[in-house]
This record gives sequence, structure tokens and C-alpha cells, in this order.
Amino acid sequence: MPENRKIKVLVCKPGLDGHDRGAKVIARALRDAGMEVIYTGIHQTPDDVVNTIIQEDPDAVMLSILSGAHNALCPIIMDKLKENGIDDVLVAVGGIIPDEDKPNLEAHGLKGFHGPGTELKEIVEFVKTNLKR
Amino acid sequence: MGYEALIDRLLKGDTRAAARLITIVENDIASAEEIINAILGITGAPGSGKSTLISTLTTIFVKEGKKVGIICVDPTSPLTGGALLGDRIRMKKHFTTDNVFIRSMANRGQLGGLARATEDIIKILDVYGCDIVIIETVGVGQSEVDIFRSAQSVLVLLVPEMGDDIQAIKAGIMEITDIFIVNKMDLPGADRKVSEIMQMLELSINFKYDYENINQGNAKVRKWTPKIVKVNSKTGENFGNLLEIINEHRSYLEETGVIENYHLKRIRNETLQILKHKLTKKVEELLHSNSQIDEYIRLVMDKSMDPYSMANLIIQLLGIE
Repeated sequence: MPENRKIKVLVCKPGLDGHDRGAKVIARALRDAGMEVIYTGIHQTPDDVVNTIIQEDPDAVMLSILSGAHNALCPIIMDKLKENGIDDVLVAVGGIIPDEDKPNLEAHGLKGFHGPGTELKEIVEFVKTNLKR
Repeated sequence: MGYEALIDRLLKGDTRAAARLITIVENDIASAEEIINAILGITGAPGSGKSTLISTLTTIFVKEGKKVGIICVDPTSPLTGGALLGDRIRMKKHFTTDNVFIRSMANRGQLGGLARATEDIIKILDVYGCDIVIIETVGVGQSEVDIFRSAQSVLVLLVPEMGDDIQAIKAGIMEITDIFIVNKMDLPGADRKVSEIMQMLELSINFKYDYENINQGNAKVRKWTPKIVKVNSKTGENFGNLLEIINEHRSYLEETGVIENYHLKRIRNETLQILKHKLTKKVEELLHSNSQIDEYIRLVMDKSMDPYSMANLIIQLLGIE
């Protein structure tokens, strides 16, 4: 890949959770860090998310979930990505993720788990250092 | 993964291969074989409803059994180099529609309303099997007219109560339009907008430019007269009319042979763009590595040489004069 390649990030809100202030703030912060950010909006089904990943070919995906549905939604998304042979995309989930849920999500290949109060530069750094390609 | 394997998969209609090839051409120049199909360009001011119009058009095209590729371009920040690509959000209902491929791009500083790789991506979508490609430009002002070099039909969106009749007679975007769409027709002032455009069109009959040269200059055909239609993209009102006009323009292009002209122009323009890109790269390399040029720059700084003479000397160094 050429050196001047831009980092492309997809910010999504899967599930019925409509609280997207955090997702928008993160999208803005990543944009200001020089990345190309796509925001898909709220109420995304796992199929919506996976199809968008296939078509947009991002380097990183940031899922934002504050409703407690992460245990149900994230593994489905990861399984569908695997079915489609996508293994070189960083997938992170953030929002309200209790500590006891993290090992299971990690086992499915998810990373991040940034919660309220995280500094924006920490998230920018996280994306930059965890890319898989 | 090698290009050959990806191209192989692309020829079989593989969505992931299309997406990955787009990433590759976006980041560097590549080329692909071309299969021709209908290319619609949608342009207009920020917030005029381009993405919503595309979403509604796509619903109709998919119902007709067509495979639709959509390229949405949004601006790159001149300060940070980042971008927020937010056109896709208006097309939510097509995220899982079969036969719809949506790709968001940042313009990466390219002026003119499109991104550099747009042409390459049109080709990939062609090979992928799209019957119709729709290109959405960045929200434009008055002079971002690149779309008319890439699209076969240029659709310009206007909204009521934006700009007076003087805006309608300015040069630039109003001159490259095939179909004027007055969106948000439910708002007051829609009819006045339509009549302003109509007046502008009546005045613009120009005898010198009223004919289109085809077959490289000899034969001539009458120019297309731009059409006006008002619609409501949210409800789909009047889209029947819009589609009729789109088809009418398509038939005009094919029956008159103007389409061939269009392809010639497009290839010529594309060649120019590729050459510009490659030569700029070469010149930049030279500027940073050649000590002779450093001397010239000193001379210019001391006012013992002017920059135009320096440029000529550098062109000699490149050996392309």
C-alpha cells in the first residue's frame, strides 16, 4: 500500500439504541485527526453493518452501543464478517461495556471498549496503533 | 492479494473484490477494462437533497431489475486532511438491497466537485456489472463542473427560494446541465424557480454553440435543450416525469451519436488527468532532489532570474520540450 494512504473508518450504531451524540463526537475527532470517516446513522442491523463494511472497505470499524445489546449484536457481526472472509479490519466496540462482558467480546475478536470519559486522543491513538493492514 | 486474482473475482461479480479494487485505485492509479453503461451525475448546493434524490431513484431502478452503483463524494478538510462522509446515511434503506453498491469517497483536495479516482471507480463498477452508475458530487457552488466530463447526463438540483434570477444567468454550473430538478416542490417558490430557469434557457440560445459537432467535426446535430422538472425526493412525487426525461436524454445521446463524442472527450480528458498526475509527481521528485534547481531558486530569490525562465529551464531538465 502507498505510504500516503488515508485511514478510512466506519462509525456505526447497531441495534435499537438511538443515543448517537458519542458516535458523532468520535466521528468528528477521527476526522480532525486526518481520517476519512463514514457515519451510517442509528438503528443498523448486523446485516446493514456487514454490507457497509463490504462495500466501503474501511480499515477500522467503531461500533457504538449504549443499550446493553453488545453481547447479542457484536458476535453476530463478527460471525458474518468471518463468513465473508473479512479478517483484516479492526473492529472496536465502545459505549457502555461492563468489565465482565469484555472477555467474551475479546474472544470474538473485538477490541477497544472505550467508555464515557475516554479522552478523544486516546481513541485516535487506539485506531492508529491497532490497524490490521 | 494480487490484482489478477481480484480482477478475476470482479469479473464474476464479487462485491468484496469490487470494494478492494476501489481502495487500490483510490490510493494509486490503476486501470481496468471498460464496459459502457448509463452514467448519471447528480450535483447541486449542499442540502439541496442530492442523496435523498439518489435514494428514491435507486428504489425505482432496482424495481426495474437494474443493478445500481452509487459513488458519493464529500469534501476533505483543507486543514487536517480528514473527511466526514455522510451521504450514505440518506440511503439507509438500500444498505441491504441486493444489486445496490454504495461507495463513499473524500475528494482529497481535488477541485471540481469529484475525487481523482472517480473515473477508475466508474470502470470498476462497470465491470462489476452495474447497469446504472450514479455519481453524487460534493455540495457545489457555481464552478465545480467536473461532473460533466464524467457523467453522460448531468442532473442539477435546485431548491426554491435560493438565489434570484441573476444566479440563474451566471456562467458555470447552469451551462453544463442536461436536466434541471427543482427539489422540495412542496415549498413556496417552486414555480417561480422553474420560471426563472425557463427564462434563463430562453435567453441562452446561442447560434454559434447551438450545434454539437459529432464524428470529430464534420457532421453536426442539434444540441439538447435542457429540461426542467420539479419533484419531491422524500415522497417520490413527480419521479415518473423525471424518469421520462432521463430516458429522453439517453435516447437523444444514442440516436444523434453524441454519445460517441462524449466517450472521445472523456478518454481525452482522462488521459490529460493521468498525465498531469504523473508529471506532477515527476516534477515534485525533481524539485526535491536536483541541486541545479536549488541554484535556480536562489537566482530567482536574488531577482537575477524570473520564475518563468526558471520553469522553462526545469522543463528542459525533464527533457519533454
